Amino acid sequence: MKESILEVRHLGKKFGDNVVLRDIDFSVKTGDVTSIIGASGSGKSTLLRCINLLEEPSAGQILFHGRDILEKGFKVPPYRAKVGMVFQSFNLFSNMTVLENCMVGQCKILKKDKATAEKLAKEYLDKVGMAAYINAKPRQISGGQKQRVAIARALSMEPEVLLFDEPTSALDPQMVGEVLDVMKTLVQEGLTMLVVTHEMAFARDVSSHTVFMKDGVICEEGCPEQIFGKPEKQETQEFLSRFFDR
Amino acid sequence: MGTLPEGFFPRIVFLLQNYGTSFLLGAGTTLYIALISTIIGCLIGFVCGIIQTIPVGHNDNFFKKALLWLSRVILNIYVEVFRGTPMMAQAVFIFYGYSYLTGNTLPRMFAAILIVSINTGAYMAETVRGGILSIDLGQTEGAKAIGMTHVQTMTGVILPQALRNIMPQIGNNLIINIKDTCVLSAISIVELFFTFKSVSGAYYTMFEAITITMAIYLAMTLSFSRLLRWLEGKMDGDDSFDLATADTLAHTSGMVRFRSGNKEVDKTGVKERGR
Repeated sequence: MKESILEVRHLGKKFGDNVVLRDIDFSVKTGDVTSIIGASGSGKSTLLRCINLLEEPSAGQILFHGRDILEKGFKVPPYRAKVGMVFQSFNLFSNMTVLENCMVGQCKILKKDKATAEKLAKEYLDKVGMAAYINAKPRQISGGQKQRVAIARALSMEPEVLLFDEPTSALDPQMVGEVLDVMKTLVQEGLTMLVVTHEMAFARDVSSHTVFMKDGVICEEGCPEQIFGKPEKQETQEFLSRFFDR
Repeated sequence: MGTLPEGFFPRIVFLLQNYGTSFLLGAGTTLYIALISTIIGCLIGFVCGIIQTIPVGHNDNFFKKALLWLSRVILNIYVEVFRGTPMMAQAVFIFYGYSYLTGNTLPRMFAAILIVSINTGAYMAETVRGGILSIDLGQTEGAKAIGMTHVQTMTGVILPQALRNIMPQIGNNLIINIKDTCVLSAISIVELFFTFKSVSGAYYTMFEAITITMAIYLAMTLSFSRLLRWLEGKMDGDDSFDLATADTLAHTSGMVRFRSGNKEVDKTGVKERGR
């Protein structure tokens, strides 16, 4: 039995009177690759952002190694350093070079010295195939390259779990390929990942657990063979048929 | 000293010969006050900007919330009072108010810098807030997501970018300060305008002396607006970057934003022109 890194219990989120998430329950175990699929507006991204506390949940609990991150006095920044995040819009720091982007967190938060940070940053940039671009500014590289740097930046913090918020949605098909290849490498290395995605093939072939969301609730979850092979719920069947009947 | 000649240009030459050094000293004082005060004013503005944008979360304790609320109220009063009253009145109020309350006199130069600084700070507080708001929210989220605190996010990521965006406004403030130090003559600071008043009073050469004074003001403001433009260009940085590889084939796969007709393209591909 693997240990649960993250456990989401009865999570709810409201924006004013608008209920976005209702009674969300699931957990992420060490080494798991969990994919969250569903139509736009079903609350996938909000769920991910709640886990990283970029949004404040309105109800429920999120347990990180068994400790509730929503309780008073919980130190948020050190938690976020252990839970990496890759965004749809990359969010690389525009005022820094590619290398500095991957070093700043290590130096400022993990208090590593410059030489150690630089060595690790270069290692991860090499892994995502961006080692040659360390001196470039984010505005000088393409979208796919930016996303690969963003992944390297998250990895440089050596997080326990990495959250991906639609990492390929802002990219053209060729760049999508570049980024997915990098993500597949990470899966093979055993990194714990939670991926919100519209790439159904990726969710089906790469993830170990799939969550299907609709209208702010988890409609169905299970192993990808089950969700994509013989989904039980009608909503899941309808959603997936649009992708695979084309 | 000699006697005052007739005619506009001879009088200008006469004033410059006799009072040239005074004018230069006055201009120096003006520039000194304006530069130092603008820098201090910017620092005040940045601190206010950071405080105004500190987020309040659900699990922050009562003490932090109360402290934040109080400091924001104080900042608002500060901004409204110093934006809402003339700097000349503030100068007189602070300088003579200090003497009235303590019986001592503030050193004049200290008073001058203090007044112009807090006045600039009041304007810069809003400018910095605008600069911070102009930065894409994604930058903040990116910083938060790797575990940065609010202060780290601000100093490391947001303010350097905001600073670039508000450079034109900082330039505005510097130029306004160069001109507006003239109100400090109200508390007898010997800056350029005070020099003008003394010089023109000696021979009743108002028109000639003010022509010289305005020419000096214009020379100072023009030089600084050019200097700030140059600084902005510097902050934008180079358009090109060096590929960190000696592999001459590496760039063929990834370098996209290639600008044709660019003279700096190296045939070996080690130096490429980005964007």
